[in-house]
Amino acid sequence: MTNKTVLHAKHLECGAKMVDFYGWEMPINYGSQIEEHHAVRTDAGMFDVSHMTIVDIQGSDAKPFLRRLVINDVAKLEVAGKALYTGMCNEEGGVIDDLIVYFYSDTEYRLVVNSATREKDLAWINKQAEGYSVTITERPEFAMIAIQGPQAKAKVATLLTAEQTAAVDGMKPFFSVQAGDLFIATTGYTGENGYEIALPADMAADFWQQLVDAGVAPCGLGARDTLRLEAGMNLYGLDMDETVSPLAANMAWTIAWDDENRNFIGRDVLAAQRAAGDQHKLVGLVMEAKGVLRTGLKVITEHGEGVITSGTFSPTLGHSIAMARVPRAVKLEETVQVEMRKKLVDVKVIRPSFVRNGKKVF
Amino acid sequence: MSNIPSELKYATSHEWVRNEGDGTVTVGITEHAQGLLGDMVFVELPDVGDEVATGDDVAVAESVKAASDIYAPVSGEIIEVNEDLEDSPELVNSDAFGDGWLFKVKLDDAAELDALLDAEGYANSIDDE
Repeated sequence: MTNKTVLHAKHLECGAKMVDFYGWEMPINYGSQIEEHHAVRTDAGMFDVSHMTIVDIQGSDAKPFLRRLVINDVAKLEVAGKALYTGMCNEEGGVIDDLIVYFYSDTEYRLVVNSATREKDLAWINKQAEGYSVTITERPEFAMIAIQGPQAKAKVATLLTAEQTAAVDGMKPFFSVQAGDLFIATTGYTGENGYEIALPADMAADFWQQLVDAGVAPCGLGARDTLRLEAGMNLYGLDMDETVSPLAANMAWTIAWDDENRNFIGRDVLAAQRAAGDQHKLVGLVMEAKGVLRTGLKVITEHGEGVITSGTFSPTLGHSIAMARVPRAVKLEETVQVEMRKKLVDVKVIRPSFVRNGKKVF
Repeated sequence: MSNIPSELKYATSHEWVRNEGDGTVTVGITEHAQGLLGDMVFVELPDVGDEVATGDDVAVAESVKAASDIYAPVSGEIIEVNEDLEDSPELVNSDAFGDGWLFKVKLDDAAELDALLDAEGYANSIDDE
């Protein structure tokens, strides 16, 4: 059975082309993926992300539970509303999912996890919670809309009450606040400023329409993918999965090692991998010649082979970019080759970050 | 339902062919095909002077989504390619049957055109997909 978000009818009204996305019927574009991409880079665009899963973790053991569950350390979170990006690993150090943890107090946290991994994540979280005094509550009664772009905040501001405006005033990146009916977070997946807003499902269609009327362009999953790849952000299932260590997925920065007594799941394996230095690493690739780097293409380096995990045409840059997992000895600025349609093409290795705030960053 | 002009001929692999009446044809991809591929970012065209045979892969349409081979719907010599696509590959999206044409072929055998589908035949072939 295909799931539909509460915004399904609005997507059709906006002319969306719908596709199946891990069991959800979601908009891939509303006519032109590239125009939607540019709307986010130059003005404001919005995405229905209601298919993502909100899970609230509450209880006296919420903090020690999360300090075990995820590789980053929620003890870093001291200010209510602060958010943290992290991975959730299995005992073998493979990535079960990447997620954002929002902090309210030591007994109240909110997780937002991927839709494609929802069932697996919930099963794992519930299993690991045995013995901890926590309640785990999925919140399907919320819809979620991400509004992103240089004009996103200004356009959203036209819809907010005075109280909500005050609540978000001066809010730094990676924070969140519950303001009236809206849970407003300064998180996102495009490398632009903006908000991710969770709101009661029965309010979502009206809110979406008000955003349309405010000049925010509806954008589909196609643009979401080119935007996030330009921003160098990982996509679960492509850039990492259960067979991949966070050390091989540009997620080493999300592993908090400092507290030696914190026994997060997968710690022993990841510590051994770190000591051995034997994991591949995730790099960015730039190809200015004609053609598009695609997922799965082989990367040939003097240190051995690698693979493109995500590749696309970058609408902002006008040429192709990719993320690739390559041997750790490959250096930034080096030239390596990609096997494309039976020929070898030179590409440049860079840090996996291509565009920030609409500008080239390499 | 996408637009399928009745004056053109079609291949099941989504190329359209316009008979120019002077032993040459113009070739492009259909509106249906460009819709499936999405935003076009590069089009790799054959070289003028190339000899092509029916069914040869002669060009590549790279959209944001995928790279797709384009096949020669007839045999002959490539006599012109649409150089505007170099800078504006999106013409294939905006005007698949007009400014988004790909290349022109001087026919080896005009009878080959009879083997191509008419608009109705092509409409049926995409209904079956």
